[in-house]
Amino acid sequence: MKNPEPVISLRNLEARYGEVSIIKDINLDILPGEISIILGGSGSGKTTLLKNILRLEEPWSGSVKYWGEEVVGMDELRFEDILRKIGVVFQGGALLNSISVFENVAIPLEQHTHLSPSAIERMVRVKLNLVRLAYAMYQFPAELSGGMKKRVALARALALDPQILFCDEPTAGLDPLTAAALDDLLLDLRAKLKMTIVVVTHDLASIHRLADRVFFIDGQSLLFSGTLGEAKASGIPAIETFFRSGRYG
Amino acid sequence: MPQISAVGNTLVLAGEITAATVPRLQKELSHVLRQKKVSHLDASGIARMDSAGVAFWEELVLKLSKRGPLTIQPASEEIRGVLDSFRSLDLEDVPRPREPGWLERIGGSVVDFWSSFKDSLYLASDVFYWSIVGIWDRHAARKGSLAHQCIVLGQTALPIVGLLSFIVGFIISLQGAIPLRDLGGGHYLANILAFGMVNELAPLFTAIIVAGRSGSAIASEIATMKVTEELDALRMMALNPVRYVVVPKFHALTLMMPLLVTFSILLGELGGAIIALGYLGISPEVFISRSVSVLGLSDFLITYAKSIVFAWLIVIIGAHYGFRVAGGAEGVGRSTTSSVVASILAVIIADAVFSLLYL
Ligand SMILES: Nc1ncnc2c1ncn2[C@@H]1O[C@H](COP(=O)(O)OP(=O)(O)O)[C@@H](O)[C@H]1O
Ligand SMILES: [Mg+2]
Repeated sequence: MKNPEPVISLRNLEARYGEVSIIKDINLDILPGEISIILGGSGSGKTTLLKNILRLEEPWSGSVKYWGEEVVGMDELRFEDILRKIGVVFQGGALLNSISVFENVAIPLEQHTHLSPSAIERMVRVKLNLVRLAYAMYQFPAELSGGMKKRVALARALALDPQILFCDEPTAGLDPLTAAALDDLLLDLRAKLKMTIVVVTHDLASIHRLADRVFFIDGQSLLFSGTLGEAKASGIPAIETFFRSGRYG
Repeated sequence: MPQISAVGNTLVLAGEITAATVPRLQKELSHVLRQKKVSHLDASGIARMDSAGVAFWEELVLKLSKRGPLTIQPASEEIRGVLDSFRSLDLEDVPRPREPGWLERIGGSVVDFWSSFKDSLYLASDVFYWSIVGIWDRHAARKGSLAHQCIVLGQTALPIVGLLSFIVGFIISLQGAIPLRDLGGGHYLANILAFGMVNELAPLFTAIIVAGRSGSAIASEIATMKVTEELDALRMMALNPVRYVVVPKFHALTLMMPLLVTFSILLGELGGAIIALGYLGISPEVFISRSVSVLGLSDFLITYAKSIVFAWLIVIIGAHYGFRVAGGAEGVGRSTTSSVVASILAVIIADAVFSLLYL
């Protein structure tokens, strides 16, 4: 069977902060309609990898392609067109504190579309309902718990119906029930909207529910990439330990 | 290519119905609806839909079914999945928080002011209590915190207080020197300036500068501690936030304010003396002796009493706004601003009260 064209492909990516190399020799393909999980110990460079893929940090070397188009060095305006097809949930939520939950989700719609206010309101309510926070619509970020902020951030990332969704540790800080509901939502988004989803997580239960493919980062580079089944049968000690005990190394 | 067309009384939607195409479809739709009466909706030709498309679809169905009976030719299974995912029709309405009317807002701010005022009084009594206890019981205070606060709240204000006082003394003398000389009373300049600086200008200007610099620092420090749960942490270590955080500032500013005022008086006089010498030819010795002659001990006592009261107002109002912060990082900025406005206002009102009492 021929693999479909990757949505994102990285070749020999190296990321540095200053002179310090955080990750290097990263080669990976994110396939359309799949949920890819990025795994790795705390501080192994998962967030750094995401930021480099999103060009929040400029990659030190290597190539990042979206739908076959090289984006390293691409000018900002053209890259913004690509960004509109991408939704990102940051590790801490990163909501705008001075506006309400409703306005946080409405902002990308107001800025990037020409939809009527009534349609925007309808869409915001739907997106907040997806993350089960419709009741908090008129509250402000300061009045929400950490897990609620993260769910609002997901609703905001979904505002423009992105084709690719990135989530940095989306279930960290959520109770197991809410976490499972969030996973179900991600599965639903993939099934019905063919969304491509990249999730950074350590949550074994989540990984078992979600993973089509896992990427395991260890010692600055990609230790393993493949399907969940392949990962468990890989025979690599670090990975077997993780799936047996949920711990690294 | 999305399209909207009417065949007989059937409205046909086809192609991509997405955020990019909906605004145009909306226009075409109102055009079509003006000409035709639609009773059947055909969605079977829709190829792609996103949540904007769903919102458009739902509004269309609502609108048409209000006009009369409506039958629908359903969309493909895939599109029905999307319609289902983004369905908004049976969502519960979240009541929008009601905006208060103007009368309510006025009433609200009166009530707010009153409760804020009462809270400040409670806080003041707390601060006074703990600051008196704190004088005898030094054990609970952190070592060096008083000295540190004296530097942070008092000493760093010295340059700006000095500069401003010098300029004020200089300008008032400059403005006054000419008319006084023309009236033949040039030597009264020293009397007027000394009386004005000591009784009014030095304490008032110093207090306003300190309210802007040190009062805002107090408010933002305490507000930040509150939103980052540091105050809660103190409480859980059985440390009283008023005693631990506010009292050192209270002591420090009580000590520093009279010193700053003294400094302000001296530099204001210096500014005046320069004008007196340059414009009116009054020697420094004469200027000083005339200045001293108009001032009694009671002038200084009242001025220092006044400046200490100003210091207390600034600390208590700053702390009050710090403690009542709400709304995260956003709120810290807001309560800092409010504290500066409120403490400058309080200082000016207190000054007026003093003037009335000791006229
Ligand atoms: N802005 C930065 N400047 C310098 N070093 C950083 C910065 N951000 C992260 N790092 C370092 O990069 C490494 C990887 O961090 P990160 O990608 O956040 O890890 P993870 O998300 O896997 O927990 C860590 O060692 C961290 O100290
Ligand atoms: Mg991280």
